[in-house]
Amino acid sequence: MPLTDSLRNDILAAVPSLRAFAISLSGNADRADDLVQETLLRALANIDSFQPGSNLPAWLFTILRNLFRSDYRKRRREVEDAEGNYAKTLKTQPSQNAHLEFEEFRSALDKLPQDQREALILVGASGFSYEDAASICGCAVGTIKSRVNRARSKLAALLYVDGAEDFGPDETVRAVIGGSGG
Amino acid sequence: MKDLKSQASRSTTPGKGGLTPEIQSRIGHQLRAMYDDVVRQGVPDRFAELIKKLDAPGASPHVENEGGSNDNNNGRD
Repeated sequence: MPLTDSLRNDILAAVPSLRAFAISLSGNADRADDLVQETLLRALANIDSFQPGSNLPAWLFTILRNLFRSDYRKRRREVEDAEGNYAKTLKTQPSQNAHLEFEEFRSALDKLPQDQREALILVGASGFSYEDAASICGCAVGTIKSRVNRARSKLAALLYVDGAEDFGPDETVRAVIGGSGG
Repeated sequence: MKDLKSQASRSTTPGKGGLTPEIQSRIGHQLRAMYDDVVRQGVPDRFAELIKKLDAPGASPHVENEGGSNDNNNGRD
């Protein structure tokens, strides 16, 4: 369809969540904004292939996701950059504790296989239905569900099982669960 | 002792995917906190301008390839 004003506004409205998706995927703010820019240029150049009435955010997310994956294949993730860099982009600087917790979460997320990470973000943070997430990732709905479940289990194992720190019932119970500790 | 054990087993009763509901909700909360923090930053000027510029007649961005496919362009950077 042609690029109407309302379509342009809808694209604009999708930018904040496209950025959030890109940062969540890549762990790198600069790279994320490059991805968003590339996504917008692609979308606008190919706006004729967008079906009026279909899900515009899902269409845009599909483009971004495909760009990210082809980019990934070419140069791998800049893992060393993932920690720390992202936190600098935050508007509200979290308190020391929250910051540590955030870094831990971010680094656990980065340890997930890419398929699982993107599925978890699409469903758990972007709020897409399993169906939309499946269409964005080009796979079956059941596949998305199992990826999301595996992603959650793995995050839980990374974050809350080994070093169960401040999570969980109370010290006594934790002592029972964790044995003598040490 | 018995009491403690039953408490412990209740709190670690796995739900869907082997997770307790507390852990599930904690993961969901952290994930959304991370995501929403970026969403709240709104639209950076560079993107607002990019989309606006494409409005102008004759302004066509320098994009030399098709979209929607998995093939990426090379030659950036």
